[in-house]
Parts: sequence; C-alpha cells; structure tokens
Amino acid sequence: MELELWYTEQHTKNVRFEIKVNKHLYSGQSEFQRIDVFESKEFGRFLTLDGLMMVTEKDEFIYHDMIVHVPMATNPSIKNVLVIGGGDGGTVRELTRYSSVEKIDMVEIDKLVVDVCREYLPQTACKLDDERVRLYFEDGLKFVRRKENEYDLIIVDSTDPFGPGEGLFTKEFYGNCFKALKDNGILVNQHENPYYSEYAKSMKRAHVRIREFFPICKVYQAHIPTYPSGHWLFGFASKVFDPVRDINAEAWNSLGLKTKYYNTDIHVGSFALPNYVKELLESRD
Amino acid sequence: MGELSQSRAPIYEALLEYKSRRIVPFDVPGHKQGRGNPELREFLGEKCLSVDVNSMKPLDNLCHPVSVISEAEKLAAEAFGASHAFFMVNGTTSAVQAMILSVCKQGDKIIMPRNVHRSAINALILSGAIPVYVNPGLNKRLGIPLGMSIADVRKAIMENPDAKAVFVNNPTYYGVCSDLKTITELAHEANMAVLVDEAHGTHFYFGDGMPVAAMKAGADMAAVSMHKTGGSLTQSSILLIGERLNAGYVRQIINLTQTTSGSYLLMSSLDISRRNLALRGKEIFERVSRLAQYAREEINKIGGYYAFSTELINGDDFFNFDRTKLSIHTRDIGLAGVEVYDILRDEYGIQIEFGDVGNILAIISVGDRELALERLVSALSEIKRLYSRDKTGMLEYEYIDPVVVLTPKQAFYSSKRSIPIEESEGQVCAEFVMCYPPGIPVLAPGEKITREALEYIFYAKEKGSFLTGTEDMKIEKINIVEE
Repeated sequence: MELELWYTEQHTKNVRFEIKVNKHLYSGQSEFQRIDVFESKEFGRFLTLDGLMMVTEKDEFIYHDMIVHVPMATNPSIKNVLVIGGGDGGTVRELTRYSSVEKIDMVEIDKLVVDVCREYLPQTACKLDDERVRLYFEDGLKFVRRKENEYDLIIVDSTDPFGPGEGLFTKEFYGNCFKALKDNGILVNQHENPYYSEYAKSMKRAHVRIREFFPICKVYQAHIPTYPSGHWLFGFASKVFDPVRDINAEAWNSLGLKTKYYNTDIHVGSFALPNYVKELLESRD
Repeated sequence: MGELSQSRAPIYEALLEYKSRRIVPFDVPGHKQGRGNPELREFLGEKCLSVDVNSMKPLDNLCHPVSVISEAEKLAAEAFGASHAFFMVNGTTSAVQAMILSVCKQGDKIIMPRNVHRSAINALILSGAIPVYVNPGLNKRLGIPLGMSIADVRKAIMENPDAKAVFVNNPTYYGVCSDLKTITELAHEANMAVLVDEAHGTHFYFGDGMPVAAMKAGADMAAVSMHKTGGSLTQSSILLIGERLNAGYVRQIINLTQTTSGSYLLMSSLDISRRNLALRGKEIFERVSRLAQYAREEINKIGGYYAFSTELINGDDFFNFDRTKLSIHTRDIGLAGVEVYDILRDEYGIQIEFGDVGNILAIISVGDRELALERLVSALSEIKRLYSRDKTGMLEYEYIDPVVVLTPKQAFYSSKRSIPIEESEGQVCAEFVMCYPPGIPVLAPGEKITREALEYIFYAKEKGSFLTGTEDMKIEKINIVEE
C-alpha cells in the first residue's frame, strides 16, 4: 500500500495548501529556523523554512526570472549587485548569466540554508561558486548599514517579515539600502501577496516605507503557484529609473538570454495591477 | 522546614498543586478562574486567570507568610545573599518607601543624593524625614548627574552626625555607581543605616564582573526591581535586608501600605524569575553584557553618538559602570535625547526606556536578541543621516542644584496656591515637577523655584519630554507654598 505523506502549509488560519510528498530528504534546525527539504511528484524537490514554502524545483523559474530580469532589463549597465537573503542561490544563478555583472555580494543570515541547498537543490545553488560571487553569512541589515554609494542594484530575496526576515521590512533597512545604492541604483524586493490580509498588511507597510526614500516606487506581479494565493508582488524602487518608461528591451533582447517566464512584454505588463491592489497601495493608513 | 534548593519554586509549585486539586472557589476573586469574565480570559489566557487566586492556607499569605511564600522568600534571600527577602507587589516604589519608613521617623535626617527617584522623596513626605542632599557629581560633556563622591558623603556625615541613614542609588538610571562599599563603611562607623535603591541593579547579584551589589557591600536594605532586568512581571519587586535590621519590624512597615490581596501572578513571577537567575543568571548576564558591548561599539562607529561605558570610571563619583546599560549621548548630532526617543518610536517602531535632554537609554536584558539590537543600531545610523543638525543652542545640563527651604512634608502639607509656572520664580515649590521617565524630580516639594529650574522645564517641554508631578495635568500651573 502506498504511504500517504502530505506537506501542509497554513496559508491563513482557514486555508491550507498541500503537496503530496514522496520523501522527506532533510530536516535540521539552525540557529535561526527549522529547515526542511522534501521530494514530490508535482513540484520536484522543495525547500521550506519554519514550515513555509521557499522554493520548488518546478516553479522557481518564475520568481527568479522576475526578481532579476526586470531590473537588469531596466538598466543593462548594472555591474555591482547585492543580494540579501536568497540562500537557495536561484537569484544569484540568474544574475551570473549576465557577463556585464562584475560583482555579486550575497548576504544570507543562515549558512545552513546555503549548505542544505548546495546539497539538495543544485538546480538553484549551482552558481554560488561563480568567481564574481562573494558570500557573507550575517544579518542583511547589519551588512547594508556599513555600505555607502556602492551598488547599482540591491535585490531583497527574503523570507516573510516574521522571524529572521523581520528586519528586512523596516524603515531602517530601506533607508540603509538607499544609502548603499549609487545615485542611479535600483532596489527590488519580494513584496508578499496582496490577497490574504496578513500578507497584504506587510506588503502595504513595506510599500509605504520604501516610498519615503525613493522617488520612483512601483510594484509588479507574477503568478507563482506554490506561494500563498499564487499571486505574488515585487517592489521596484529607484532614484532615477522608471521600469516601464526606461526598459531597454532592445538591449536585453540582444543578449539572447533564454528564459522560461520573463520576456520584455511581460516586463511591461507585470506593472499593470488589479484595481484592488492599486487601491491597497494608494490607501493611506 | 528543611533546606530547599534553588531549583525549587515553592509558590509556583503550590499553584500547580492547587490547580490540580480542582478546588471549587467560593472566595474572591469574583471572576472565578476567569469563568466570570470570558473577554478577559480570552485576552490573558485561561492559564493566567486560573492562578489569579486569593490567599488561602495552601498558598500562604503575603502579609504574614508562614509556608510557601516564606520558603520562596528564604530562597530569594539566599540567592541574593541577604538575611531576609520580602516579596513586594506594590512596585519598587513601595520597597523604597519601606526602606525609608523603616529607619526614619518624623524629623529624622537622611543623607541622599538629589538625583533619586520620586519614590524616595515621596517617602520623605510620608515619614516626615528631613533630606540632607549630597550633590551628585556631574559629567560636563554628557550633562548627566553621576554618583556621590566619598568626600561629599564624609562631609555630610560629619556635619549631620544625628542622621539616621545614607541613601544610595546603585546604579543611577544611567548605570553609574558610587563607591558603595566605602560609603557603607563610613555610614556604619557613624551608626547610620545604608539604604540602597537597586531598582536597576538586580543583575549585580548574579552576573560576573558587575559592580558590587548592596548586600555584598554590607548595606542594610536594598530595593531590587526584579521586573526591570530580572524578568518578573511589572510591579513585582524584592526588598532585601541585612543582619542589622529586624525583619518583623520591616514587615510591619511594609504592611502599613501594601495590599492585603497580594497577586499570585506577581509573586509566582518573582519565584520563577529568582529560580531562573539563581540557576542561569551568570550565563544570562554574560550574554546581556556582550550584546550591550556589541551595540556600544557599533553605535560609536556611526560617529556623532557617544555610547559611554567603563572608560569614564574615575575612582570616585563614577566609581563603576553597569555594562549592561546602553546609555547614549545624542547632543553632538544636534538632537535632544528625547527627540531621538520620539523618532525611534514614531518612525522606526522602536521603544527605548527614556530620552532626556542629552541622552537616551536602552535597556538590554534577559529577553533581547541580536537581530533586534541590529535594528536599533541601524535606526540610530539612519536618524543621524536624516535628522542630524547643528547643536548650537542646545541645553547642556541635566542636573540642577536644589535650594531646599522646607522639608518635603512641610511643603506638601502647607497651605498652597496655584500660579502660572512662568511667574513662579523665587517661590517655594509645594509639589513635584519631573520628566517621566526617568522620574528624577527637577523640583521637589520644599525647594525654591529657580530660573535655572524653570528654563530646564520649558526646554524639556519644548523638546517633547513627558512632564508629570503637578496637580495641574497640563503643567501650566504650579502649587507654591503660601507665606
């Protein structure tokens, strides 16, 4: 008889999301969180932190395409990049595809996440040894606080704002990112989902705080099947670039990068938001 | 009663036993383990309300403890190295008052620094004792009052050989310690009692390399705010006494003002916290000191701020420093401490203990995490980047020498008149004016209202300090003593 083993994530108090699991590959507790890797038929291997879905082999391309290629197509001359979080390596993998990128600093608070991903998720962790990549295992807030006028792009590839990722949704964090960026710098962050109210609140708070520092502050979306509600947002903030007006489609397309989700039409389209999301972002309180 | 080990917690254990017996309550409190108040039970939790109970034989009685409370107090006395410990449920304020009322009667003198907490001067109103103020030292750069110098204490003792007690802050709110051991020796030679306000000194009894604790220094009484750095519930506190005092008499004094319905939530929190500190205090405060030191180094690297520490030790009025305190001087970035305090709360969602005209204080304790400290450091760095300005015109001092005309009791009970505060210069104040926190009076009853004090009050008000003490809730009028 077949064993019925299901991974369950509680998306809200009243909503559950389940994936049938073939095998529990890894389970460990770091200083910061519980780390698990499972294997499933539908989504391949997947990583969870404190029981929350982080990345699956089957749908990670959507998230990583959108968090990397949108800023890269907006400013193709990006050279110095800081990735905060991103322990699975997927964001770094996409960045290394650009030969124009000279330096990628990745700051992940939890070394064990990186170690586990190197072993169980080589699909995302495969480029962490690229010679342009430097890994720092420390608090992202602490790292960015000591940087000034150094990066062209900061990507905040964090967990939710509960637990170790909490400091990455604060005013002090965004202010320090502003300071760490060059004058034409771009800040992109994973921006939670707008549908379930707990997440929507974090999303709104983050947006309000980012807007206090950056003159250009936009939100774009993607469809990610394994994240709560499936509807996921990203924040795009910049001192000068408007991601829709300034997209350099020709330059990006001439690179000939093969992508599974991103293209320059989706780039522009992803900034078109549903009305309820627009209202959420514009509302005051 | 045999010897109990520090791993026991008698009040906590008795409450568990009481719960397991499923006693039917026909006594107070009327919420009957929460059943009578479902909204409160939902908010605080069933577990919490089920042990909010009244004194009864198996749970002992705080006013006259003979069983589990007595055992818990004995364990606390042992853990703190005192002859006797009293569990206090009316705050450290009541512990400070019990100290003064235990040794000073109407007309007795007590030697004390003026930068005491309001509770100490309140005790003078209750007892009718006469304060002999020793001006604390002053650090000019920081603008903060320090401890007392030995020379000043010696002089006060020589000039007032009839004084009954010397009162010492160990440490001050900012973490500064006087030479408590020498002060105790001087006082005892003159047959005076030594009363120590250790509201901020719980950890001195458990951590390594801390300033000397009152009981260790040979002091006679100490008011220890377990809830401040020891982890117990707000308002719970411990009064310690040494061997020179009569425990029975001190208990009578405590019972003059303390409730007869001592809260078992507060008492069990003292019991459990004492056990935790006795068993793990050393590691806990080692970690707390390390966190505070890390934050100090990072904050000092930002520049503009000065997070001070043991480098200011001078062998006298800055005899020692509590390294778990994160006291930060802010005036050099052009912001008053209270302004930084407000920005941290309003803009960054970070609540610190207090801000005064030139400094802020963050309490680091048992419950702190590295990530939260990083937020504080980063927010301070941002505040400097976004808000710093020229510091000219900022008030520099934090301590005003009082001119005492009447005793606090005489002034408080005199016939009074209410006048606008800006017209009060030269009058004798009949009430308190203070910023809260820290709760150290700018003016106390019986003191002359000087221009200096008024300027300080106006400045603190303008910078957004929360002023309290006067009858007039708006602090626009002040009560003066009628001539």
